Amino acid sequence: MIPGSYFFILSVILFVLGVIAFFVKRDLLTQFLSIEVMLNAGNLAFLAFARALNSLHGQVIVFFIITVAAAEAAVGLAIILLIFRQKKTIKSEDMNLMKG
Amino acid sequence: MTEIFWLIPFIPLFSSFLLAIFGRALPKKYISFQACFAVFVSFIISVISFFGLLQVSQESYPLLKTLFTWIKSGSFSINLSLQLDPLSAVMAMVVSGVSFIIHVYSVGYMTEDKSYSRYFTYLNLFTFAMLLLVMSSNIVLMFVGWEGVGLCSYLLIGFWFERHSAANAGKKAFIVTRIGDLGFLLGIFFIFIHVGSAEFTAINEAISGGVITQSLATLIALLLFMGAVGKSAQIPLYVWLPDAMEGPTPVSALIHAATMVTAGVYMVSRMNLLYTLSGTAALVVGIIGAVTAVYAATMALTQNDIKRVLAYSTISQIGYMFIGCGVGAYAAGMFHLYTHAFFKSLLFLSAGSVMHALSGELDMRKMGGLRKYLPFTYPAFLIGAIAIAGIPFLSGFFSKDAILTQAFAQKQYFIWALGVFGAILTAFYMFRLIFLTFHGNERLEPEAKKHLHESPPVMTIPLGLLAFFSIIAGYIGLPVVFGKRLNLFSQFLEPVIKPVHEPHLSIQTEWLLILISVAVALLGIYIAYIFYIKKPKTPHTLNAKFPFIYRLLYNKYYVDEIYNAVFVNPTIRGSEIIYDHFDLKVIDGALNGSASVTGLSGKILSYIQTGLIKDYALVFLFGVILFLGYLLF
Repeated sequence: MIPGSYFFILSVILFVLGVIAFFVKRDLLTQFLSIEVMLNAGNLAFLAFARALNSLHGQVIVFFIITVAAAEAAVGLAIILLIFRQKKTIKSEDMNLMKG
Repeated sequence: MTEIFWLIPFIPLFSSFLLAIFGRALPKKYISFQACFAVFVSFIISVISFFGLLQVSQESYPLLKTLFTWIKSGSFSINLSLQLDPLSAVMAMVVSGVSFIIHVYSVGYMTEDKSYSRYFTYLNLFTFAMLLLVMSSNIVLMFVGWEGVGLCSYLLIGFWFERHSAANAGKKAFIVTRIGDLGFLLGIFFIFIHVGSAEFTAINEAISGGVITQSLATLIALLLFMGAVGKSAQIPLYVWLPDAMEGPTPVSALIHAATMVTAGVYMVSRMNLLYTLSGTAALVVGIIGAVTAVYAATMALTQNDIKRVLAYSTISQIGYMFIGCGVGAYAAGMFHLYTHAFFKSLLFLSAGSVMHALSGELDMRKMGGLRKYLPFTYPAFLIGAIAIAGIPFLSGFFSKDAILTQAFAQKQYFIWALGVFGAILTAFYMFRLIFLTFHGNERLEPEAKKHLHESPPVMTIPLGLLAFFSIIAGYIGLPVVFGKRLNLFSQFLEPVIKPVHEPHLSIQTEWLLILISVAVALLGIYIAYIFYIKKPKTPHTLNAKFPFIYRLLYNKYYVDEIYNAVFVNPTIRGSEIIYDHFDLKVIDGALNGSASVTGLSGKILSYIQTGLIKDYALVFLFGVILFLGYLLF
């Protein structure tokens, strides 16, 4: 039997990796991937709690999150695709239209 | 029927309101009909109320009609209420009657004007304001009417505001009268503090009940008189009236005869108990009146503008009314107001007719010999001139004589002498006007002569009406020499104006005084005859001999220049200095300063907004960390 704290530690490691990747990488696609990693770290935390507390609520929420994440990924990818069509680049440094 | 007297002021107001909203869309014929009809209805109601008032016993004076409570604040309460007593009834009749005639005349005079409906809107509003002034039952509502006529005079004098001089004249009238109104307002405050009510009945009770001491009465009376000096164009605030000639001529007639300038005389008569109690204030009123009567008459001697002569003559005649009030003969003052309303509006409307005939010419040096071209205007003007000069059997004689006799009877010989001297001047300048305009050589511009024509009936019929009244109006106030109780006018006013217990003059003295009045009037006319008909060179030789006096009079004692130098220019210059240093630097500086502070801080803060998603995410991350740190520790 694996101790419950392992799941939490894994979840934190995944999340921190996602954050680091988000700040280190420069193209939108990879950054988007790292966001997904963070999201799934969150999912894992939910599952870990569901297991620790012996409750189904966490698992149900994870189902919802996965569904929404699928939609969100579709939209996000579509946006990135459109940005690429327009600008011929997906480097996030080049996207500063909102500069004050 | 008398109960409907409260409608008198409101019918012209309603008509004015309609014209103000729909006037542009209405045809001229309808506008003139409605405007005249509204004032005519007011006049009819005034007459009905007047006769109704005669039926009612004197104990029930004044009839009151409270419409609603206007201001209520603690013990301070002002009703919108109108009253009818002999004084109000007479004034309402004179104001609405003369105003109606002027309305009708205006229909002819203003036909060509493009702002026809605006003109009649103002004219109706003017009539309303004056009727409200004379019929209000408390001094605060009276002040509303008082300011209302001030506003309307501004609007009408500046009616042709495209002309710079007209706009300035309107402004001048408004500002100069405002100086007097400050005193009037202070007087109202004092009355309210000491009486606790603004109703005339309460004020009169307080005066006869001894609530108001003599020194307080003097203070209040003088403050109120300050307002009267402004409105009625007396020294030193008369300067606006001659400039008021910039307005259309019927407006001048309205201002000079029925509304506006007579407001001061009415107010003093209304507060007669106060002035009688004070004594000092009455003396001030009398002296200012007498000095103004002569002073304004001297200025009228040399003017060449036909309307300006009439303007100075109005100032002078109002001076006579104040002489009457000052010597305690309020009824005589009111009587002169009443006769003056007829002959002065007659003179103005005739002058308007002359202008109309000469395509707007005002300069008497370019007239002369008009007698045969204007067969109707000439006799009308002549009647007005005879009436104002004080020739017997016309209205002006009776009223002016009543005032001078009273002044003599009250032993105010100085005031009386000034009044008599003013009468010579009056006769002289009026007949100078007649001789220069209607007699002698024709000095017309050839262009004006081509269009020379008598005015249409819509203008000459009002002249005829006014001429008729100028002749007969005086017979309701016959002097004592013709019988003891023949002065119906002052008898009628007795409930409001307590008659002074006059030191009785012998019949011989009365006759002598009348004789003197007639003699000086004839003397004035004779001098004018010599100067302008018999030896037309005389004025020039006199001018050459006394150039200083001539120039002093011609330039109206340089009072306008003095006022400009002492009051107007320093005010303007002071305002400019304040504008430069305070407005531009302090106020604008504060405004621009706050704007640039905002701009600068925006600029600094905008460095944070890089537009890069990573920077935002970083800020977000730190925020989360801080938040978590706060939650955990």
